[in-house]
Amino acid sequence: MTVSVETEKLRPHAEDAFAAELAALAAQDDRPRPARWRLSPWAVATYLLGGTLPDGTVITPKYVGPRRIVEVAVTTLATDRALLLLGVPGTAKTWVSEHLAAAVSGDSTLLVQGTAGTPEEAIRYGWNYARLLAHGPSRDALVPSPVMRAMADGMTARVEELTRIPADVQDTLITILSEKTLPIPELGQEVQAVRGFNLIATANDRDRGVNELSSALRRRFNTVVLPLPETAEAEVDIVSRRVGQIGRSLDLPTVPDGIDEIRRVVTVFRELRDGITADGRTKLKSPSGTLSTAEAISVVTGGLALAAHFGDGVLRAGDVAAGILGAVVRDPAADRVVWQEYLETVVREREGWKDFYRACREAGA
Amino acid sequence: MSDGKEGAGGALLLGVRHHGPGSARAVRAVLEEARPGVVLIEGPPEADALVPLAAEEDMRPPVALLAHAVDEPGRSAFWPLAGFSPEWAAIRWAVEHGVPARFIDLPAAHTLAWERDDEDEGEDGGTEPAAGAGDPAGTDVRVDPLGVLAAAAGYDDAERWWEDVVEHRGVGKGDPVAPFTALEEAMTALREEYGSGGHERDLVREAHMRLRIRAAQRECGNGVAVVCGAWHVPALRRRTTVAADRALLKGLPKVRTDMTWVPWTHRRLSRASGYGAGIDSPGWYGHLFDAPDRPVERWLTKVAGLLRAEDMIVSSAHVIEAVRLAETLAAMRGRPLPGLSETTDAVRAVMCEGSDVPLALVHDRLVVGDVLGEVPATAPAVPLQRDLTRIQRRLRLRPEAAERELELDLRKETDAERSRLLHRLRLLGIGWGEPAVSRGSTGTFRETWRLRWEPELSVRVAEAGVWGTTVLAAATARAEADAVTARGLAEVTGLAEHCLLAGLSEALPTVMRILADRAALDADVGHLAQALPALVRSLRYGDVRGTDTASLAGVAAGLAERVFVGLPPACAALDADAAEEMRGHVDAVHGAVGLLGDAPAAGHGQLRGRWQSVLRTLAARDTVPGVVRGRSVRLLLDDGGLARDEAARLMGLVLSPGTPPADAAAWIEGFVGGGPGGGLLLVHDERLLGLVDAWLTGVPAEAFTDVLPLLRRTFSAYEPGVRRTLGELVRRGPGTRGSALAVSGLPGFGPGLDIGRADAVLPVVRLLLGPHGNEKTADAGPAGATA
Repeated sequence: MTVSVETEKLRPHAEDAFAAELAALAAQDDRPRPARWRLSPWAVATYLLGGTLPDGTVITPKYVGPRRIVEVAVTTLATDRALLLLGVPGTAKTWVSEHLAAAVSGDSTLLVQGTAGTPEEAIRYGWNYARLLAHGPSRDALVPSPVMRAMADGMTARVEELTRIPADVQDTLITILSEKTLPIPELGQEVQAVRGFNLIATANDRDRGVNELSSALRRRFNTVVLPLPETAEAEVDIVSRRVGQIGRSLDLPTVPDGIDEIRRVVTVFRELRDGITADGRTKLKSPSGTLSTAEAISVVTGGLALAAHFGDGVLRAGDVAAGILGAVVRDPAADRVVWQEYLETVVREREGWKDFYRACREAGA
Repeated sequence: MSDGKEGAGGALLLGVRHHGPGSARAVRAVLEEARPGVVLIEGPPEADALVPLAAEEDMRPPVALLAHAVDEPGRSAFWPLAGFSPEWAAIRWAVEHGVPARFIDLPAAHTLAWERDDEDEGEDGGTEPAAGAGDPAGTDVRVDPLGVLAAAAGYDDAERWWEDVVEHRGVGKGDPVAPFTALEEAMTALREEYGSGGHERDLVREAHMRLRIRAAQRECGNGVAVVCGAWHVPALRRRTTVAADRALLKGLPKVRTDMTWVPWTHRRLSRASGYGAGIDSPGWYGHLFDAPDRPVERWLTKVAGLLRAEDMIVSSAHVIEAVRLAETLAAMRGRPLPGLSETTDAVRAVMCEGSDVPLALVHDRLVVGDVLGEVPATAPAVPLQRDLTRIQRRLRLRPEAAERELELDLRKETDAERSRLLHRLRLLGIGWGEPAVSRGSTGTFRETWRLRWEPELSVRVAEAGVWGTTVLAAATARAEADAVTARGLAEVTGLAEHCLLAGLSEALPTVMRILADRAALDADVGHLAQALPALVRSLRYGDVRGTDTASLAGVAAGLAERVFVGLPPACAALDADAAEEMRGHVDAVHGAVGLLGDAPAAGHGQLRGRWQSVLRTLAARDTVPGVVRGRSVRLLLDDGGLARDEAARLMGLVLSPGTPPADAAAWIEGFVGGGPGGGLLLVHDERLLGLVDAWLTGVPAEAFTDVLPLLRRTFSAYEPGVRRTLGELVRRGPGTRGSALAVSGLPGFGPGLDIGRADAVLPVVRLLLGPHGNEKTADAGPAGATA
């Protein structure tokens, strides 16, 4: 693969985008590596969390969050247990799983995308029917799934959105994870996992109800919950960066005009989510919605579009009020009370929030 | 005895971390081997006499040595000791082997006096006499010896470094003294660099320790072992002259002090503030100390047991995986053994499915733990008893076994104080006085108590000793603790009222904060509406007593605002009983808002105006039950928030044929029912009465039996006079039909009706008609009109 083609790609794989960092880490990593790992667990953690190597190579942080999370995740893979990453939308589950696979196996492409229509073949194997009819059942007629290939080569497989996969298909994973083998009854053969094989699954923990994991499968996983951003500043950062990226593609005005409004949106989201005001003085009821960072981003983007097309180009309270209301009030009865209470007891008295209060009152009327 | 330890003093100096289980084990091992003739321990020498108590059967750690000034029980200091404290290990070894154990720190008489002096300067140097190697690390900005050592070793957390380097090194491999030697070297290097590290008083304490060590050596030769904070070891090793040490100790302030043992809890050990020793995980430390081997496996099995008891599915396979994960994590983090953070991470990822909720339970029950210490009955009395005795003497309130009644006039200073004392004791569970109903006056400035001192109350006082050393401090601490554990909103409101009565203004902020939190999280408007009147009542009562009620007013106003927001949605889709209850809530809130005034606290303006707009919303909303709507209209009308015409329009709306009769009857019940004054409105407003009359005559016969009970309830609650007048008005009918009673002299239904004059005539009419005739007329009134 040439460099020019590489840069043309809309989104290169993690192992390609950060190939230099991975190579530097591998070169200087003198700690013991588990079988078929490209790096030692310690180096994998450094790759994700960032740092400076002895020779001065700077490793950029891929995941900004508690160190503990990454350490537990890497250690889980090293102890041969499957890893389940849980979190609300927008907490970088897929991102972390991709980089983990890239650092551990040097390949993040052994991926099964979970949907309600994911068939068993996507996890086990399918058949090349032309060949099957022509030559009868043989290994050559078999189309291996990413999981099967990972088992054979001792690589890390990834399953995205595990809880969206139908329960009977999910359970295919039980044999794979506990016996570490995949039987092929049609051929009277089996594929045994080679050392180094492991599996990273992601799931949205608000979606638990969709296809709850069976306890048998659940037991095969160590669970790591990716938290929402810890501080308001970090979240404002994430929101404004993402809004900037989205805004550029939509030709919306630049973000700095609206940084105060973004901060306000993030504050409202955080306060309602955490059930306590930012100053820690007043407790609040929490609405039923997730109020994830991803939603905050869409509220701000929506507000920017409003401001650009119907306003004076500056993001104002009125532009985000309706969006916030829509994000907070999911259940018209209970959430409305929560929102009203929040408006009346917190927003109304807050210094400099008069315009926001008025805008929200108007939006809610 | 080992060669290396025979230093300048010739004594065996064992530097420890307070509450370090590894230190405790090492101390025990060294003492077993060295078998000294006397054991010296860092702690107040006044406690020497209390050491034998440690051998008693009923003595169970965690306990604390409590020193307090005799004349001022509120001035006190604690030296908490857990089962895994090295000091406790040393004491136990000494009493088991019949070796004398002595405390060598500066006497509490001085440290308590220092504390008193510091209060003027606002400095806290002396408040933690138990401070040693461990504590300055956590509490001091001046210098953090462990932090420096840990940073040198590349750790960002001093506690973890200590655990890795000292606590987790198992004892039994090689020389038991070796860890102490290594530690002493490190501390010596530190003290060379930092001197006293800004703890000037440490120098004085160390001088005293040196003198005591010398005295012990004179007595027993070289068989002296010293257990003290590692920070002090280099200073104790240093050669100084007796004269120089004496000079340092000259002229120290002094107060008369008493010492005793008090029971302690793990929870208090974990509290970093105040006198707490400030360790986060006493349960984990206790486990490390008690577990004979394989601490991680045993700990995770314990956790699994706890989670199973809470009905979580945790199998042995989970425990195995958790142990593997914890060990690999420790290896990856470069630690010799999995510590608390590794096991916690493993429990979260393997057993709790990544959730922090069950983990909080593990932290509460195991990491901290519920262990409660015990102290033998022979331990000296707690200072709380002394404080109580003193107050009783001052207030001339003798504890007597015979029951007697006490009348208090709260306007008098002494009586007010007596009342506060009795209320405080009640909060502490010391039921000396029971409030009784006043026989004479019912004014708020009077209180009647029934007093009786039962012998077991002394036991209660001793038990209450854990809460504090004075009645005031103990009651405050108890009230705060009660507020935290209170279940319902009403319980907290009651507690707030109690705090006001007992004059516990220091507990109020906590209670108020919790009250505000509970109110914020309580989704049931009924609870809020119930709590509000009580709160407003205590607000007014607090005014009478001159307590500071600003925070209370703020909370009450906040509560009112929440009610305003939550009331309209809560009024939808209610059945008859619930509607009736809601009517009561609306009434209660209305009264409370009236009492609160318009702006009871900063930031809470226009309460009345906002309440009126809530009432207007209620009055206009069709989904709100009739009785609440009617009530809202009535309250608005009475407050002048609604013009009479508008009220009539609303009434006309609800009484128009489209409304189901039952709903309309409920509306009428809400509007004119309930209590006195309801009917007078109808008497005085002919138009409203006319509306009711017209509606009632229009109710279809089959619906009439349905509404009759409700109407009967509404109208039978009126006073006889009102009922009779209504009956008369209805019988005469509006306009010209009223000829039957023309003899009474009423001018008729013209616009020029003069109510004052009309009322003035009524007594005469009553005289003329006699009581019997009236009753009959009034009862027959409304029903008769439809017949």
